[in-house]
Amino acid sequence: MIQFLRSLLATAALLVMAAAFAQPVEIVYWQYDYATRIDAMDQLIERFEAENPDITVRQETFPYDAYQQQVAASLPAGQGPDVIQLFYGWLPTWQRAGYVEPLPEQYFDTAELDEVFVPMAQAGKINGQYYGLPTAVRSLALFYNADMLREAGYEEPPATWDEFIEIAKALTEKRGPRFTRVGYGFAPTGQDHHLVREVLTRQFGTPPYNEDLTEVLYDSPEGLAAFEFYTSWATEHEIGVTSFVPGTDGYRNGFIQLENIAMIIDGSFAIGSVENGAQFDWRVAELPVLEEGGVKANFGSYWMNGLTPNAFEDERTLEAAAKFLDFVTQPESMELWLEVVGELPARQAMVDDSELASDPVYGPFIRSLAYATATRFVDETAQRDLMVRAMDRVILEGVDPAVAWEEAAQADQALLDQFSR
Amino acid sequence: MSTALDRERRRHRRSRLSLGQRELIWAYVFLAVPLVFFLGIRIWPALQSFQLSLFTWHVDPAQREYIGFDYYRELLSESRFHRALLNTLLYTVIIVPVQLALGLAIALLLQSVDRFRPFFRAVYFSPYMTPAAAVAWVWGWMYSVNFGIINTFLIEWSIFWENLGLPWLAIPPQPFLTDPSQALPSVAAVVIWQHLGFQVVIFLAGLQGIPRTFYEAARIDGAGAWALFRHITLPLLNPVMVFSIVISSIASLQLFDQVVNINFTNQGGPLDSTLTIALYMYQEAFGRFRMGYAAAVTVVLFLLILVVTVVQLRLASRKVEY
Repeated sequence: MIQFLRSLLATAALLVMAAAFAQPVEIVYWQYDYATRIDAMDQLIERFEAENPDITVRQETFPYDAYQQQVAASLPAGQGPDVIQLFYGWLPTWQRAGYVEPLPEQYFDTAELDEVFVPMAQAGKINGQYYGLPTAVRSLALFYNADMLREAGYEEPPATWDEFIEIAKALTEKRGPRFTRVGYGFAPTGQDHHLVREVLTRQFGTPPYNEDLTEVLYDSPEGLAAFEFYTSWATEHEIGVTSFVPGTDGYRNGFIQLENIAMIIDGSFAIGSVENGAQFDWRVAELPVLEEGGVKANFGSYWMNGLTPNAFEDERTLEAAAKFLDFVTQPESMELWLEVVGELPARQAMVDDSELASDPVYGPFIRSLAYATATRFVDETAQRDLMVRAMDRVILEGVDPAVAWEEAAQADQALLDQFSR
Repeated sequence: MSTALDRERRRHRRSRLSLGQRELIWAYVFLAVPLVFFLGIRIWPALQSFQLSLFTWHVDPAQREYIGFDYYRELLSESRFHRALLNTLLYTVIIVPVQLALGLAIALLLQSVDRFRPFFRAVYFSPYMTPAAAVAWVWGWMYSVNFGIINTFLIEWSIFWENLGLPWLAIPPQPFLTDPSQALPSVAAVVIWQHLGFQVVIFLAGLQGIPRTFYEAARIDGAGAWALFRHITLPLLNPVMVFSIVISSIASLQLFDQVVNINFTNQGGPLDSTLTIALYMYQEAFGRFRMGYAAAVTVVLFLLILVVTVVQLRLASRKVEY
């Protein structure tokens, strides 16, 4: 009897083990809700599952506005994703609260990653460890309505900021006290806070922060000049107003649909929307510089794929998650992402030998990558807010730019201090 | 064997309860279900959030550090929190009395019309049924400096009077949501507009509850319209008013939806001029992942609502003499 039971037990144990091995591991992937991104990821998952029949990947998405909220609530409850897409600027706050883990050394070689990815990917590192890798990167460029420019007698996009102001002025129209068309679509909460912090400050001669992210450097005459220059577009030159078209993407909608904004500065992620919506001759140009041959600067950014504590639950899940993360950052995946979403590849070799550099639309963005920096944020939300506040103080309240700029720098320094503590 | 005996005993015990007692037990059983739900979904998380506010935040509970009342101390010195607190009180001070006065006035007017009353009631109530996000979005466009219908009207209005040679009647276009000093009242107006219908319905129900005979008797004694209102309507509406004040105060203190949605680009802006405590809490929790700190904010908001409600109930439900 006992003999029989023992053999039964052994068989059962074997069966269970076999089932466990045969059972595919399921991992969950999260990103925010954006049609082309979901589509691209679906295709990548299909390819990945074909290569790895023992792994299934479930993609779940949430509206952008509710994304961080979902993440914040799910992970502490032990729910949610194993692999997750996050904006690189969120990393410090997420890492502090334990929402992402460093990529395990047994699957990812830091030295190799340093080599093959574009330099801005290093913003995904904390204390020398990578917390995630990009499938694609983005940079900024000037989108312009070539029909409008031509109508005002300009065949070429502006190469310098002075030309930019001149063209924008010529295209701005008012009826009575109200603007009916603006030369530039102001977007303080859109890309303008990056434009000032990362592009204009560098062009005027100062990086925004020091190397180890302990000190605000834009609090200098050069930095102030950059800020004064930006605010003068609204206060002195009146080439536009903030909230000209209401809504989050008002500046983009005004450019694409309402055709009452001649130029906007936006990321490569906007290419898809413009392509689908614009009914006019739209074009893209590299960001202007101060003077011919002057310093070029751009803001690079990306969404990175990271691993949550969920992925570390057991060895099989971790292996599957690491495999998937590796897969979505391979050159073939980047090609697909570029094709479907329109975002630029994140591997240096692909950027270097890309035919895209001469593409009329992608070209300006690809060329910008060579001199783009991804700002090292400590708290992107708070750092964006203080920059927007400085702009509002000057443009809406008429405060002296020097005062508003100093306030921003102090608030920013306080955040840096808090973080390095 | 013993089980059968037990069952027998139990049946005996049960049969000793009267029908009324048994009904009572069932009533409590049924009441216990929502109570458990309420305790689990409302009270327990509320207590938890107090606990959260004493710890730094981390996904892994083992890594949360106890910091006592540090977050509360930080709150007190945080100027954005001061601003949120002040704004929230301002919203309440604007919204509650205006809503009450308008709601009562419209209910009285509706009470006095016979025709189309259901139609008017539906018209006033419809904004209340519209999602706050949609309301905020449409008003955001109406307030727009360059495209909004309100400013279009102001401009046409001004041109009209200037043409008539009366320029002092002209009103220049207003910045509304883009001006830090106008943004808060502009948002408050939207909230008032949206919730007005609810107040109207509540007051209509209250008015209908006042016996006609009181008015008839007073009229025979020679009371005028004002006297009727002052000495019959107002005192008898007191319970309804208390309810209305408490409900709209709580809603104003928790204001969130309209503020978030009316100014998508800069929530709570410009320059924090429309920021509320609820929104501030949301931004700290889900924008900056500072759950502990945000929990401290919710505790303060909870206490604030508690104090305001208790004070209102004390003041407003004093015995009324007729």
